[in-house]
Amino acid sequence: MSTTMVETVEKAGIGPMTARSDAALHPARISIRGLDFFYGTNKALKSISLDLPEKQVTGMIGPSGCGKSTLLRVLNRMYDLYPNQRAIGEVLMDGENIIAPGMDLNQLRSRVGMVFQKPTPFPMSIYDNIAFGVKLHERLSKSAMDERVEWSLSRAALWEEVKDRLNASATGLSGGQQQRLCIARTIATRPEVILLDEPTSALDPISTLKIEELIDELKHEFTIAIVTHNMQQAARCADQVAFFFIGELIEAGPAAQMFTSPRQKRTQEYITGRFG
Amino acid sequence: MASETTGHIVKSFEVELKHLSALLTEMGGLVESEVALACEAVLSRDAAAATAAVETDPKVDSLERDVEQFVIRLLALRQPFAQDLRQVVMSLKITGDLERIGDYAANVAKRSIVLNQYSLPFSLTGLAHMSRLVQENLKTVIDAVGESDADKAVEVWRSDESVDEIYNALFRELITYMMEDPRNITPCTHLLFIAKNLERIGDHATNVAETVYYAVKGEPLSGTRPKGDTSAYAVVRPRGE
Repeated sequence: MSTTMVETVEKAGIGPMTARSDAALHPARISIRGLDFFYGTNKALKSISLDLPEKQVTGMIGPSGCGKSTLLRVLNRMYDLYPNQRAIGEVLMDGENIIAPGMDLNQLRSRVGMVFQKPTPFPMSIYDNIAFGVKLHERLSKSAMDERVEWSLSRAALWEEVKDRLNASATGLSGGQQQRLCIARTIATRPEVILLDEPTSALDPISTLKIEELIDELKHEFTIAIVTHNMQQAARCADQVAFFFIGELIEAGPAAQMFTSPRQKRTQEYITGRFG
Repeated sequence: MASETTGHIVKSFEVELKHLSALLTEMGGLVESEVALACEAVLSRDAAAATAAVETDPKVDSLERDVEQFVIRLLALRQPFAQDLRQVVMSLKITGDLERIGDYAANVAKRSIVLNQYSLPFSLTGLAHMSRLVQENLKTVIDAVGESDADKAVEVWRSDESVDEIYNALFRELITYMMEDPRNITPCTHLLFIAKNLERIGDHATNVAETVYYAVKGEPLSGTRPKGDTSAYAVVRPRGE
């Protein structure tokens, strides 16, 4: 099935449920069109078409191996680091196909940041964790860098907790703090899109809620895609939800509609825990 | 409202949803018999039926509390989605409508006891007709709840108009009796309330029908429901005016 999210949203058209995700107010930041992805000869994504609306959270759900993380890895060309992995189709950002050869990957990855399942702080100070990525792309004065570090840590709701120990090692932070540090590190390069691959699956409930609150804040400035196995989390965080199954996009639509009245039987069965 | 699709991976959740459905069916059956007893009490001037109806009502109320508690428990512990969410939340609505229907039936039964003290110089054919139709609708909608049957729900939703029409006719008829002989005023007033209660039972049955439809289909029963109750505007002018 290749229904685009915009089409699905428009079709849904059911009163207040569409309020959070009006396609007209949020034009697509990234448009995926007819995307296929291969691990060697194994086709992991089949003709995916989906829009990531600007300054909205798109939740990607589906059973393990359905292709949702693969899709996330395509969006900043993480797959390029591995041999025998290739993507065919279009992933348009400002009209440019980011999976085409000749794309500047460093520049792309500064525009499309990614946070992983397990917190991965660099074995260096909190300050340097943030500054490291920035230095790759920009030459900032000491004071400008200080400002950027504070801006990033504040946006990631971590500043108050770490401002007195910026030179301490990042590995001394708690798991939840480490994950927020990773988010701060991601937004430090001021990307347009943030990809979150199960960002809270290794965190305790309170840290999880802090990250979710953070996602709510960040979506005012960034376009966000989050892969999660936690259905409640997708319901809480996402404006739009896309359900994947064995490499196909089965259904995408406003979160409220997807979790109350999904159109497709397979979506219904998955989110109500009838298969998976 | 049992689901027609495959079962849950977590079997205990499946069992709980079935239990919820069973509670509603039990409550529906009880309300159905309460309404039948109340109508019997009026139409056959049967005081025993009236007492039985009044005694049924506390059981209905107690089942409503059971359903409420069970729904809150399911929401807290299972956090259902999609059809499960709709079933659970809609059960809560249905239990409220059923409880209200029980209250109206109890009121009809109580009035029938007062009514028995008066001789009625006219027949109750209109009321009998109305009570039959309301009971049919109630039975169909309770079946719709038990079988998750959206078609049956639509059937009830559409047929409430005829209940309203009979009610209007009855309203005018009773006013005429009162005008003819002031001694009819007390029994006719009680009969008016009884008719109104039956009409309200019909309305709650349509509410349940709408709820069942949404729970099953995931979309509201659309369009304006045909409505026929115009008694609020009815006037019978005294002779000479």
